[in-house]
Amino acid sequence: MPLRIARPPGLARQLLGSAHNGRAFSSSPRRQSSRSPDVPFRLAVVGSGPAGFYTSYRVMGKIPSARVDMYESLPVPFGLVRHGVAPDHPEVKNCQEKFDEIASSPNFTFIGNVSIGQPGHSTQHCTIELQSLLRNYDAVLFSYGASEDRKLGIPGESTLNCIYSARHVVGWYNGLPDCAGLDLDLTQGEEAVIIGQGNVALDVARMLLEDIDVLKKTDITEHALAKLAESRVKRVHVVGRRGPMQAAFTIKEIRELMKLSRVEFHSFDRSLVPEDLKSLPRATRRLMEVLVKGSPTPHESASKSWSLDSCLSPKQFLANQESLSNVASTEFNITELSSPFDPKSPVKSTGETVILPSDIVFRSVGYKSVPLPGFDDAGIQFDDRRGIICNDGLGRVRSLASSNKAEDVNKQNVPGVYCAGWVKRGPTGVIASTMQDAFITGDAIAEDWLSGAPFSNTSSEQPMRGWEEVRKEADSSNGRAVAWDDWRRIDQAERERGQKAGKEREKFTSTADMLAVLG
Amino acid sequence: MSTSRSLATGLTKLPAAVCRRAQPIRNQSRASLLSSRCSTRTPSTILSRAIRLSPLCQRGFSTSAHQRHGHIHTPKPGEELYITFIDKDGEEYKFAVSEGDNLLDIAQANDVEMEGACGGSCACSTCHVIVTEDDFFDKMPEPDDDENDMLDLAFGLTEMSRLGCQVKMTKELDGLKVRLPSMTRNLQASDFE
Ligand SMILES: Cc1cc2nc3c(=O)[nH]c(=O)nc-3n(C[C@H](O)[C@H](O)[C@H](O)COP(=O)(O)OP(=O)(O)OC[C@H]3O[C@@H](n4cnc5c(N)ncnc54)[C@H](O)[C@@H]3O)c2cc1C
Ligand SMILES: NC(=O)c1ccc[n+]([C@@H]2O[C@H](COP(=O)([O-])OP(=O)(O)OC[C@H]3O[C@@H](n4cnc5c(N)ncnc54)[C@H](OP(=O)(O)O)[C@@H]3O)[C@@H](O)[C@H]2O)c1
Ligand code: FES
Repeated sequence: MPLRIARPPGLARQLLGSAHNGRAFSSSPRRQSSRSPDVPFRLAVVGSGPAGFYTSYRVMGKIPSARVDMYESLPVPFGLVRHGVAPDHPEVKNCQEKFDEIASSPNFTFIGNVSIGQPGHSTQHCTIELQSLLRNYDAVLFSYGASEDRKLGIPGESTLNCIYSARHVVGWYNGLPDCAGLDLDLTQGEEAVIIGQGNVALDVARMLLEDIDVLKKTDITEHALAKLAESRVKRVHVVGRRGPMQAAFTIKEIRELMKLSRVEFHSFDRSLVPEDLKSLPRATRRLMEVLVKGSPTPHESASKSWSLDSCLSPKQFLANQESLSNVASTEFNITELSSPFDPKSPVKSTGETVILPSDIVFRSVGYKSVPLPGFDDAGIQFDDRRGIICNDGLGRVRSLASSNKAEDVNKQNVPGVYCAGWVKRGPTGVIASTMQDAFITGDAIAEDWLSGAPFSNTSSEQPMRGWEEVRKEADSSNGRAVAWDDWRRIDQAERERGQKAGKEREKFTSTADMLAVLG
Repeated sequence: MSTSRSLATGLTKLPAAVCRRAQPIRNQSRASLLSSRCSTRTPSTILSRAIRLSPLCQRGFSTSAHQRHGHIHTPKPGEELYITFIDKDGEEYKFAVSEGDNLLDIAQANDVEMEGACGGSCACSTCHVIVTEDDFFDKMPEPDDDENDMLDLAFGLTEMSRLGCQVKMTKELDGLKVRLPSMTRNLQASDFE
């Protein structure tokens, strides 16, 4: 096996010092172990979201000889920037311009429609074994984000209709092929309940509350627009198990909801927020001020309304009397904050419950990453509880063998294997924080490479051949790989479709349609 | 090869100075640091410096950023306004710029490390700067709600924080100095759980 897990330090040192190894080490007499920046460096990146791009950017900036191959399971790039960020937030997606610049470097290759380890989205899709990457690159970066979501694990959740995962809904209105088939039923009644008080919950709330004419001009998918146009939802509860001081949402998103025309905000339990807001730290104070001020829309002129419901932890979903397969209401345990004004305060159940009518329910309690097939064989440690690849905080991936031997750094990490973004830190953080995190990992990769640390195939005398070799090992009976110029054609085709509909773009919602553009 | 790709690679070959619109004042621009590095620096600093300022990072990417954020103007002789950026290592970069240009555009046109992920739309906070003197801070028009909302999410927020994309140079701000916050987060215990 080419990958050496937990190589003993003695051997590592031996390899570092090996004079015959011209490929990997400079012959400078002063710094025996360091690599010269022009030694060829091949990096495979798994996932084309912000973490993948910003890490590549950093590595290419610091190691002039670096060549990056970025694998993406979809034919289209950008991860959650394309399939997560709300359609009415086009300015957030401006980072795509930077990603396009990075991809335009001659040292960068985009390999779309090819996933690592996981089976694909369609029959025209290509899958590569993780081992194949590890054999053909100096280093592999995992930046594949979070492709599942957290569940509540309460009765009714998986048996009743009209209970949706916010991740599916977001993917559906943003054109993620896996979610295109979602049959969202917004016609059952007027009351919607969203469980969770993060920004994803607010995105979903805004989609339900916003004027359809505003959404029309965005790049929201056609099928979503059609369903939203026939929505009967008028009242949205955004429900948290803790209070406003503990909520995960941020001020910009709350302010946006307050500004929606003809949408009323119901006042919330003021006792959960300190009487004197001035004493609060700046960010919390400003957020609470927006909440206390509420929306300017008076009740009489509102066509829809929403509320933040606090201290309610979901207990079970209850069926509709007439149609037993549909949800009709949600029962919550009423909770009590041990210290209402402390942002970290835990809650405990009071023993009382309350029932909220809910014709439709959205579960928005966070995304979740999963390990890739092949991790065990490669000795890569995954933390199932936190849903992250175990790492040293700087992006160096922990080896399965590392256990408690903290004294031996070489044994702790899998040489040449790194992670960044949501799969490294968990499914939270905006693009700015993902970028910062990616830079930290990029710095670690560059530092390790330039200082002569062991990498995936350190003993090989030949430069790694990357994609040139990997493609030969791949099962070629499957679909084609999508290059960056191919993506540009898909992009162009989407923009043209959009122009006809009076919007920025009309996304393709199936991989077949994306690939059809390429002929 | 597509047009923009050949354009980007083509530009990479141009000397950095050709692309620079506002002229750096002394030896503190990134490019000149590379050429003047032998004078004062110890070998190890030279090494890390040189790596950080690799040609790809310095020109390949940021050159095309000039095109995107190329809204800065060459100051008319006698009307130059001066601004200094202090990077996270304490290095100072001073530029002569013209009135009306915003700090993000100025930084990007001069290869100062400022991301500006949302392209100056006040939607990301990656252009966060810290004004070093009260006087200058007070002379700036107050940040609006949108800017304050993004600042609330910025790392290392201070009372003198602003978003570079929202601050335009004016005569009153001639001589302005701003610090770039360290982009490296202090590691927390939770990172090692
Ligand atoms: C609904 C939603 C809205 C958001 N809105 C905003 C916002 O307005 N502003 C903001 O700043 N941040 C926003 N964020 C946060 C932001 O999207 C994330 O911080 C960021 O996208 C995380 O980047 P990442 O690269 O770690 O993961 P991702 O962006 O998820 O990228 C991972 C990529 O890896 C690919 N992949 C997965 N498995 C494989 C495999 N086996 N092989 C190959 N490729 C694979 C995926 O297809 C995907 O393209 C939002 C997040 C969500 C969920
Ligand atoms: N516009 C934007 O900038 C934007 C838009 C969307 C997403 N994002 C970012 O993307 C990240 C992910 O957002 P997210 O909303 O998915 O996650 P999040 O911010 O972590 O919020 C998750 C919410 O679910 C609640 N929750 C978790 N488990 C629960 C349970 N068992 N029962 C009830 N409630 C539960 C949490 O409450 P507790 O606190 O009590 O656990 C929290 O309110 C965030 O960092 C977010 O800021 C940004
Ligand atoms: S560049 Fe994004 S907020 Fe200034």
